[in-house]
Amino acid sequence: MPAPLRPRLAVWKFASCDGCQLSVLDLEDDLLAIADRLEIANFREASSAVVDGPYDLSLVEGSVTTPEDARRIREVRAESRVLVTIGACATAGGIQSLRNFAEFEEFRRAVYARPEYLDTLATSTPIADHVPVDFELRGCPISKHQLLEVVSAFLQGRSPNTPNESVCIECKRRGTVCVLVARGTPCLGPVTQAGCGAICPAFDRGCYGCFGPQGSPNIPSMVGRLHELGMTPGAVQRVFRTYNAMAPAFKGAADAAGAEKGTEP
Amino acid sequence: MPLATATPQAGFGGQVVEEVRVGERRTLDRQRFSRLFEALAGAGYSIVGPTVRDGAIVYDQIRSVEDLPIGWTDRQSGGSYRLERRGDAALFGYTVGPSSWKKYLFPARERLWTATRIGDSFTVRPEPVEPTRLAFFGMRACELSALAVTDRVFAGGPVTDPGYRTRRSSILRIAVQCGQAGGTCFCVSMGTGPGVRDGADLVLTEILDAGPHRFLLEPRTEEGAAVLSRIASELVPAAAGEARIAEAIVARTAASMGRTMEATGLRELLRENLEHPRWQLVAARCLSCTNCTMVCPTCFCSAQEEVPDLDVTKVERWRRWDSCFNLAFTELHGASVRKTGLSRYRQWLTHKLGTWHDQFGTSGCVGCGRCITWCPVGIDLTEEIGAIRAGPGPAAAPGGKP
Ligand code: SF4
Ligand code: SF4
Ligand code: SF4
Ligand code: SF4
Repeated sequence: MPAPLRPRLAVWKFASCDGCQLSVLDLEDDLLAIADRLEIANFREASSAVVDGPYDLSLVEGSVTTPEDARRIREVRAESRVLVTIGACATAGGIQSLRNFAEFEEFRRAVYARPEYLDTLATSTPIADHVPVDFELRGCPISKHQLLEVVSAFLQGRSPNTPNESVCIECKRRGTVCVLVARGTPCLGPVTQAGCGAICPAFDRGCYGCFGPQGSPNIPSMVGRLHELGMTPGAVQRVFRTYNAMAPAFKGAADAAGAEKGTEP
Repeated sequence: MPLATATPQAGFGGQVVEEVRVGERRTLDRQRFSRLFEALAGAGYSIVGPTVRDGAIVYDQIRSVEDLPIGWTDRQSGGSYRLERRGDAALFGYTVGPSSWKKYLFPARERLWTATRIGDSFTVRPEPVEPTRLAFFGMRACELSALAVTDRVFAGGPVTDPGYRTRRSSILRIAVQCGQAGGTCFCVSMGTGPGVRDGADLVLTEILDAGPHRFLLEPRTEEGAAVLSRIASELVPAAAGEARIAEAIVARTAASMGRTMEATGLRELLRENLEHPRWQLVAARCLSCTNCTMVCPTCFCSAQEEVPDLDVTKVERWRRWDSCFNLAFTELHGASVRKTGLSRYRQWLTHKLGTWHDQFGTSGCVGCGRCITWCPVGIDLTEEIGAIRAGPGPAAAPGGKP
């Protein structure tokens, strides 16, 4: 009896640090179980053996930063039945999207000895700015449990269960003492989506917003509290301009803080 | 209350042991307080109680007096909590912190059952729950009231929660009457404290002045009396004036509540003010972060989810704490019913203080003040109720910031 055809999986890299792809490898035993059910057809980080498309499930890491990327992502979309972005770069532009708020030419010259060899765009943009995306998995890096959930959901033909609640709820479920209330440490947990397991507050630090905005973030109230805790508009602008700088709610927060900074005496 | 009378009895091994009876008040010296821990351990209880961790007083496993927050107190206000040193070595010189006892009865995450596929059929195995003899050490009056509320919710109706019931069946409730009120406490308004009325197995009052540092102990049930009987020789029958001293301590605490809230007619007040402009002001501040519901000792909402393995040969059902502040909480067919922060805050407050009465015949709020202290932006339900009571029309500006 011939082996049943397994759906084909591809993992793609755009502008990124590879950390989210490493989360795929980090699935360890679960990855072997996935490999029994999905044909890992194209995953360069893991193997140079590549099977041509089309693919049933494409996991896309990284943002679009070059004209070549902008072309390639359309190709990937064309040969993928389901396209899932993994991580903050693919979903919200990543830390490299800070270039969107700066003088790109100056950056280029400051960083590279021979900038004329580069062929890059002036912006770093999320995948969804270029092609339709079926599901966005948040996080910098992604949580491997959520990744496994996304793959399971794909295999079972259901939608993934990745709640868009706040980091605070995870913080409380694990019994961490709130660093904002008990220490006055600025924390983005109330406006950030859960998924990481509230790691930072458990180590006595505020949340940095790695999973992007929660389902219903109240940015003005959060920013008001950050000011009360001693953060200047410049500092507020910086905390919202990190890995998820292009996520609309965070971008709005940073832009507003920037405008306020401009009017500071 | 009759004065204590020790009844000598022939114990095991022919020793004479004394028995402490329900209602008999005894005094235990601070120097000998560790004997209470020994008595509990001897009676087979694991002890959970207040201890200092990460800048707050939380409930966790404790083994000896030294694990208690000796000489510590807390300063609480809307959105702020700080530990401070006291000028003395009180064992219970603080009020309630971010944890509540509900985590031991209604865990934050819990597997309820596992289904396994066998051919075309499947079997379901409920998760076994072992009753552990737990002593809740240092419950406050408001927390005993909260326990009575969750008892009704989980075990008081026609359908009961087996896990809660099993865990609850083996709990010993050791209460402490508060010697001071916290900045966000309002048990007097809610009629739940600070004096301990019902629901405790053993009631302690810490006496710091008028003589040596000591504790007045009163067993209220056979279980409480049995623990004291183990250390009867360490206890002395309470002198006539001790009960009056304890009453004075409770009265002093009652007179220093951090907050007040007029509790009569709340159900009607809220029902008649669903469109009050105040809701907009509070919604502008509310982060929909869920902290108030997580710290509330009576909030009981949960999400239940199936977690299948890759081939769906085994499916686990998990339950985790959920909150009416989450968008997904009211998601039906892919969209949330309560889309705005306003509708979610209003749902929380009208349930807690209003429709809870219709549902469970009691208020959902016991006045512990946790939701005020642990709200990152210090939203204060007593202030919200005050503003709604003040009448309709242009809402008062939000004030009362710490
Ligand atoms: S520490 Fe941060 S994430 Fe945790 S409850 Fe407090 S504000 Fe929320
Ligand atoms: S609300 Fe009352 S019983 Fe509860 S901790 Fe405060 S003073 Fe004690
Ligand atoms: S609503 Fe607030 S004050 Fe009332 S019981 Fe809950 S946490 Fe305590
Ligand atoms: S009332 Fe406070 S604690 Fe509750 S959800 Fe709103 S901001 Fe969070």
